[in-house]
Amino acid sequence: MSAPAPTLSSARPAAGQPGDLVLRFRDVAKAFPDGTVALEGVDLDVRRGDFVTVVGPSGCGKSTLLRIASGLSPATAGTSQVDAERIGYVFQDATLLPWRSVQKNVELLAELHGMSRTATRQAALDAIDLVGLRGHEKKLPRALSGGMRMRASLARSLTLDPDLFLFDEPFGALDEITRERLNDELIRLFAAKGFGALFITHSVSEAVYMSTKVLVMSGRPGHVVESFDVPFGAERTPELRFTPEFAALAGEVSHALREGHS
Amino acid sequence: MTTTVHPAEETQVASTVDTPTTAATAATADPVLTGAGTAPLVERRGRGRKRVTDSLLPIAVFLGLVAVWYAITYLVLDPDRRFLMPAPHTIVTDALLDGPTMDKILPALGRSIVVTFTGLAIAIVIGMVWAIAMSQSRPIERSLFPYAVALQCIPILALVPLIGFWFGYDFPSRVIVCVMIALFPIVSNTLFGIQSVDRGMHELFTLHNAGRTTRLLKLELPAAMPAIFAGFRISAGLSVVGAIVGDLFFKQGDPGLGILLDNFRARLQGQELFLTIIITAALGFAVFGLFGWLAKVAVGRWYDQSRDAG
Repeated sequence: MSAPAPTLSSARPAAGQPGDLVLRFRDVAKAFPDGTVALEGVDLDVRRGDFVTVVGPSGCGKSTLLRIASGLSPATAGTSQVDAERIGYVFQDATLLPWRSVQKNVELLAELHGMSRTATRQAALDAIDLVGLRGHEKKLPRALSGGMRMRASLARSLTLDPDLFLFDEPFGALDEITRERLNDELIRLFAAKGFGALFITHSVSEAVYMSTKVLVMSGRPGHVVESFDVPFGAERTPELRFTPEFAALAGEVSHALREGHS
Repeated sequence: MTTTVHPAEETQVASTVDTPTTAATAATADPVLTGAGTAPLVERRGRGRKRVTDSLLPIAVFLGLVAVWYAITYLVLDPDRRFLMPAPHTIVTDALLDGPTMDKILPALGRSIVVTFTGLAIAIVIGMVWAIAMSQSRPIERSLFPYAVALQCIPILALVPLIGFWFGYDFPSRVIVCVMIALFPIVSNTLFGIQSVDRGMHELFTLHNAGRTTRLLKLELPAAMPAIFAGFRISAGLSVVGAIVGDLFFKQGDPGLGILLDNFRARLQGQELFLTIIITAALGFAVFGLFGWLAKVAVGRWYDQSRDAG
């Protein structure tokens, strides 16, 4: 990961500019057929270069946000507008195909998008380099640790060089050390690629550490109760977690989370 | 999965072996202190011993059964009724090493093998196409699944006379019986395998606009392979049954193992009858084993078979 990031722009002609709007929600609501209202009145903007994190208690509709943004499930009211040619979606589970090697798993999405064989291979190799999995290309998912699986899953989405990246608690199942390392690597990827990210988590510390903006959600029905701009720059190091500024902001976010919850 | 079963098994074995050791040498406390170092040794010895006993037990049972067999032959049966249960060694001397007998059995075995594999191959093709069609369309599943179940519920033996009535008593009829008996596990396992694909993986394919064929070829079929091979293995055993049953019933044309079994029974040729039964059983084991091996080659790399192996 310390090596200069190889560019993936060869995979696609025009890359977006920083600040381009990639996702816009206006008054988005989602009600399920059984009458449960999962989301109500959600406004949200994600631009290239934004890392927006949503924190909230379980069942507050955080994941539903991503399902609407990705088109997996339509909103029942309001507008959701996506201006991204390609969307990366990283699930909580790595969802690797167990019969495919790391290389073949990373190639999957490029394959589904009909990229040429050589471009697919190259995009996969670059992405594998980016997430630090070089040397593990031939391994099957069962031979990988949870953290490595998640890296492979990330690499798979990176092959598409997405403008918008959706993360659904991707590191939620990992141990803390692995999780913090992947946080750092994702920050570096984000700095190098400049995509727009919408990241779901229930960890306040992860949210504050990763983001340019933190949204606090509350459930039943899910809505954004507070929004915090994160003032730390693009360079973030683990020491940041022990600064008073970090603690203060994390405290505010936690407070908002508790307020919204009660 | 073995990976999850193993550690538990190891610790269990280790602790049962460990306890007496620890107790016996408690005074010196030596093994206890070096515990971390000696533990793997103890474990391995324990596991090895267990494996040896595990493989000895079935052999002991086998020897016991042979002893009972001899007892029945020589102590229970009158000499003139020993054909009912001929002593094991006479099966070898009077049947296996007897040229004319083997000249009857081997060609019959060949014919039964051909029927078995032809029937199985046809059952695999029909079964998979049937299951894939059902997996791709709800109406097709609704209309055809009841017939798959019906096929399983109707005693095929009841249909055998009809099959002979329509198709004659030779090779085609024997294969048809074989196909009908072997079909259901392939249909149900393939369908089950395809329908059990993880929802997250389906969503991944949906997100990237995968078409139905792509989804089938790149996701559903590969994911279903372990289940499909489990079905093949069950059907392989059944297709041997089908081949023998068809033969046994039709009793016409070139004899397969079924006809031979019936002939030897009718002529009171005990040794020959037993040998044919053993060979039929061996064919069943061989076909079952072949498909177990094929499954291992096809999906063993990524799928842990011990999870469903019987």
